[in-house]
Amino acid sequence: MVPVNYYVALSAILFSIGALGVLIRRNPLIIFMSIELMLNAGNLAFVAFGRSYEIAGGQPFFSGQIFVFFVIAVAAAEVAVGLALIVEIFKTRKNINIDELNSLKG
Amino acid sequence: MNSDIVVFLVLSLIAISSALGMMFSRNAVYSALFLVLNFITVAVFYLLLGAPFIAMSQITVYAGAIMVLFLFVIMLLGAENLAPSKSLPWQKPLAYILAFVLVVESVYLVISRAQVDKFISSPEASLNSMDNLREMAMTLFNQYLLPFEITSILLLVAMVGAIVLTKQEKGEQK
Repeated sequence: MVPVNYYVALSAILFSIGALGVLIRRNPLIIFMSIELMLNAGNLAFVAFGRSYEIAGGQPFFSGQIFVFFVIAVAAAEVAVGLALIVEIFKTRKNINIDELNSLKG
Repeated sequence: MNSDIVVFLVLSLIAISSALGMMFSRNAVYSALFLVLNFITVAVFYLLLGAPFIAMSQITVYAGAIMVLFLFVIMLLGAENLAPSKSLPWQKPLAYILAFVLVVESVYLVISRAQVDKFISSPEASLNSMDNLREMAMTLFNQYLLPFEITSILLLVAMVGAIVLTKQEKGEQK
């Protein structure tokens, strides 16, 4: 019997680590990975809450799991476009350090 | 202290330390591998929470497809180690302080507003079975049919966008 708060607290800790990664790392690929970590933390909270509200017959409340399904699809789309952008920036500027990518000119 | 709590604590220790390892690795390839470990740990949490379909999609989509894409791009660009550059001197300490505040206040809120009657027991055999999957599919394709179709359009748009972004223009010299 694990209290649902433990899962939500773990989700909050993972989310904070992801936010810290976005703030301190200079490599855009690692910033993307931190965003994935934050999405994952949100998913964990969704599933934990969905499990804690049971509908009839001991089945969990499925809306939480279905939202996680949609979040996974959106994350896949986001990664495809984001990595394509990073590759294109690298081809144009030969450098992907985000400190030097502060202008929108090509 | 029952066995569920022990399993939870061990798994959360793995999850948090692999997340920290992802963030502090100098080499981006190691970061990606730590993140794969973290995703697999979260997939085990989904199994404990009685969501087998989500756990399997987590492993195939996140740990499989997305992280392979990341590794391809890291190795393609040679971006394992970026040269350190001049950045704002106060930015890192401020980021650590703000992240620490975020952890403390969110965990404090979660613990202090505890619903003491909400417990998650370990899943019975019926929860990780085909019945569970059938019920979830019924919910997905009845109640959430329109969002499902919109998601498929979103994936199509993302695919076309990625192809257009990386396509060489005709006559362009690279």
